[in-house]
Amino acid sequence: MYAQLVKTAGTGVKTREEMSDEERNFQDRVDRDEKIEPKDWMPDDYRATLIRQIGQHAHSEIVGQLPEGNWITRAPTLERKAILLAKVQDEAGHGLYLYCAAETLGVTRDELTEELLSGRMKYSSIFNYPTLNWADIGAVGWLVDGAAIMNQVPLQRTSYGPYSRAMIRICKEESFHQRQGYDIMMKMAQGSDAQRRMAQDALNRFWYPSLMMFGPSDKDSVHSAQSLAWKIKIDTNDELRQRFVDQTVPQAKYLGLTIPDENLKWNEERGAHDFSEPDWAEFFNVIKGKGPCNVDRMDARVAAWEDGAWVRDGLLAHARKKSATRTAAE
Amino acid sequence: MSKEWPLWEVFIRGQHGLSHRHVGSLHAPDAEMAIKNARDVYTRRNEGVSIWVVEAQHIAASSPEEKGPLYEPSNSKVYRHPTFFDIPEEVGHM
Repeated sequence: MYAQLVKTAGTGVKTREEMSDEERNFQDRVDRDEKIEPKDWMPDDYRATLIRQIGQHAHSEIVGQLPEGNWITRAPTLERKAILLAKVQDEAGHGLYLYCAAETLGVTRDELTEELLSGRMKYSSIFNYPTLNWADIGAVGWLVDGAAIMNQVPLQRTSYGPYSRAMIRICKEESFHQRQGYDIMMKMAQGSDAQRRMAQDALNRFWYPSLMMFGPSDKDSVHSAQSLAWKIKIDTNDELRQRFVDQTVPQAKYLGLTIPDENLKWNEERGAHDFSEPDWAEFFNVIKGKGPCNVDRMDARVAAWEDGAWVRDGLLAHARKKSATRTAAE
Repeated sequence: MSKEWPLWEVFIRGQHGLSHRHVGSLHAPDAEMAIKNARDVYTRRNEGVSIWVVEAQHIAASSPEEKGPLYEPSNSKVYRHPTFFDIPEEVGHM
């Protein structure tokens, strides 16, 4: 999931007696699966939480271009290069759909950018890991986009209209991303011994960071309970993680690769796989800015923003001048 | 003065001769760039054959509070729907 540890505003789910008339009316609409639209009344905490969640999701899409962009110039064939370029362009598009959804809640694009560049808003921990070789691009598409889809498909039903519509567009495009990743993994896994080793190595390195994408267990969190009640979160982190593991195990098996977890086994009773938790200490470390690539990622975003300033300013100055000339001529 | 590019709403006519439909929004310095950006952001998979953009500040919208006065009057006018009228079967399709 691209939004982790999003702090839900407020103090948890209110009882109907504690709610104001407006809050009750709002909750009833959410319960009836009516979409909440930008101009509708909504609790301040719902608005604040959504800005954080959608903003973090958007930032993840944008920062997520960096590890993959790293391989555009080094893709093994022209076709792979064109495909990767298209994928990375999609991620930019996804970021834009989401920023626009967040902006309908009353925050500006520049404010969101500023929050990211200052480090006050986060992006998914997964993008602080490096892509060391071409197999990593396969693993990112297969596992990282696979985990993202797991989270995004249910979010198509989220209560906030603009967020839901952005998710629908994103999900339509996302399955291309996962398939292209798996396609790279198939090629590598069916290739030479060296290629198979690369594929296995990529899986080894990306497996636990992918599990971390869903965030730590939140089954007892009052904040998550509130987000679930507002339908801006549809499943708990554990449910999504379980679904991801169950879906990925047969895919790894087909590739002839081994998931790096000795405890991974089918649990007949639960009808699901048992598996090891990722190292949550590592996760919190990465979130705090101490992952392998945090500094690089932020430096790249800051440089892109600063180096692009003259283009943004120049185009705006040109547009204003043109509009002034037009007005004068009328 | 804000240096943020204005917000544009994007409307796209799909392949099948339908009306332009709102697909989302984006920032651009002017209309020309807004159309170019809309092409890149909203038609990467052949979604459209025509693009309209309009600066968001020029759109007037009804407010949710007016829902009653605006839409309730049509609730009582069921005769506007063809199913209101019973046509005998022997008359045939109408």
